[in-house]
Amino acid sequence: MTALLTGAAVPVPAAVSSRRRGAALRSMLRNRKAVVGLVLFLIFVIFAAVPHLFTSVTEPNKLAYQPALPPSGEHLLGTTALGQDIWAQLVYGTRQSLVIALVAGFFATVLSALVGISAAYLGGIADEILSMITNIFLIIPTFPLIIILATYAGKGTLTVVLIVLVVTGWSYGANQLRAQALSLRNRDFLESARVRGERSSYIILAEMLPTMTSLIVANFLGAALYSVLTAAGLQFLGLGDPNSISWGTMLYWSQNQQALQSGMPLWSIAPGLCVALLGISFALLNYAFDEISNPALRPVRRRRVRRAA
Amino acid sequence: MRYVLRRLGFFVLTLWAALTVNFFIPRFMPGSPLEALRARTKNKVSPAALEQMLTSFGFKPHQPLGAQYLDYLGNMFTGHWGVSIGATLGEPITKIVTQALPWTLGLVGIATVLAFLVGSLIGVVAGWRRGGVLDSVLPSVFVVTSALPYFWVGLLLILVFSIGTGGLLPSDFNYDSNLQPAFTAEFILNVLQHAILPGVTIVITAVGGWVLTMRNNMITTLAEDYIRMGRAKGLSNRKIMYQYAARNAFLPNLSGFAMSLGFVISGAILVEYVFNYPGLGYLLYNAVQNTDYPLMQVLFMLFTVAVLVSVLLCDFATAWLDPRARAKG
Repeated sequence: MTALLTGAAVPVPAAVSSRRRGAALRSMLRNRKAVVGLVLFLIFVIFAAVPHLFTSVTEPNKLAYQPALPPSGEHLLGTTALGQDIWAQLVYGTRQSLVIALVAGFFATVLSALVGISAAYLGGIADEILSMITNIFLIIPTFPLIIILATYAGKGTLTVVLIVLVVTGWSYGANQLRAQALSLRNRDFLESARVRGERSSYIILAEMLPTMTSLIVANFLGAALYSVLTAAGLQFLGLGDPNSISWGTMLYWSQNQQALQSGMPLWSIAPGLCVALLGISFALLNYAFDEISNPALRPVRRRRVRRAA
Repeated sequence: MRYVLRRLGFFVLTLWAALTVNFFIPRFMPGSPLEALRARTKNKVSPAALEQMLTSFGFKPHQPLGAQYLDYLGNMFTGHWGVSIGATLGEPITKIVTQALPWTLGLVGIATVLAFLVGSLIGVVAGWRRGGVLDSVLPSVFVVTSALPYFWVGLLLILVFSIGTGGLLPSDFNYDSNLQPAFTAEFILNVLQHAILPGVTIVITAVGGWVLTMRNNMITTLAEDYIRMGRAKGLSNRKIMYQYAARNAFLPNLSGFAMSLGFVISGAILVEYVFNYPGLGYLLYNAVQNTDYPLMQVLFMLFTVAVLVSVLLCDFATAWLDPRARAKG
């Protein structure tokens, strides 16, 4: 098992806990990638929270308009072949995609933290078993599994989609968190907690978890990115709920109606772009987080590194 | 030797776990193959014939679960994969799979390896020229491409290069239907033409991850003492870059490559679907559409085997390149 981890050097951030929260925020704001990611994310949050401010349409799935209209002042992105306003669907669809990303990302992260950290902390046979399970889940190709699960479970409701995303999305993080927790195990501050006679649960929750915050956040962002892309792919294949309002469902219907071939490219390009942008915002934040916790990766500015000839 | 045995043990265990999941999903999920089959044949086929068909798929509701399970494991290993109960009703699954397999291997296999090699190479150069023009632009660009949904890139390429150019590049199937498969220049050219767009889609979306990890590994490696040692000895930059730094930085990427193959397969399914490319992924999509349970089971097993074999190969390659991995066992 160890072979899978050799060299996958997980940088241990230097005492994040000692850093003030303000400092962390400031270094976020100084990182251009983080700012772009954050702004993108906030825009989507606003769309998801108050969709009715951006469009006058209240029932975006209702076939209320003339089909296949080109973009105009009335319909910013035109209408679908079925007679829905594309812009309104896009705006209202934000909520579901965002909820999937955040909820599935959150639970997958909780699961990976639980498994990864307890494996590292418990050690011995428990570690062997837990890492074995993690590695098996890591290797089994998840997307075919998701497709099959969603098929058997009937057309996937939101809950089904969320559950399969969590079940298939936790293993990567668990592996990383275990590696970092292992490197923490013999640190002095944990030793002193043990000598004080603290319970294992206290040591894991109050001593280890805070030290690992930055990796956990990075994992959350990774899991959220995975969930956005996978959920959209699943819905695109028609395995989601075809009546729900989401970008993936829009993509499904546009593919179903041959939008590209019948001269309505906006119908399938626009929701795909939204999926991509939300994914990009998570990926940028994730990468920026990496740079902040591992200064060696930061872009070098102004000064060019001079090398001895 | 102990290392090899350990890895083989893991291989068998994972395969067994995947097969077991595969066996139990249809039995514990709502909806049964028998009902699906009855609906599909619209009650035209007698129940006895249906039962017989399902028997060949290893579905024997009257037997105890344990016996069914053992039978199933045996059948999967010996290649008795049963017959399709989907649109291609009655067709042996081995035949369906062997028709689709070369296309997936050719398209997805080549595109994936290409993306990996090109990505690693770009990463090496970017990490080496730290602070150069390349290094200040590349990370942002590849963070963006690595977050793009596969199918959307495919749709975009179809729009621009197929519809936008009036059908210059074909956007579906593996070759024109009026051609006969043969080793002629015309046929091969046609196949390549059809593979360009889906292949480029896979490369664009997969390359970013490799560039980023390789660059990061490279930067970590360049800070090592043996690099300074190499410089002090007066070795040429080229030698330090490729033989000292890149070789070591490449190792974690190699094990990452195998691990990420599962993600690549998921992308490939969507790409094949978007381009109607008749490979295994497209087959899986059709199997799902037609609730073709036996085909689904076999495909899932094959995907797992594909990932496992490449994990194993990469492990052995790592062990061959890196004595430390061998020693750890």
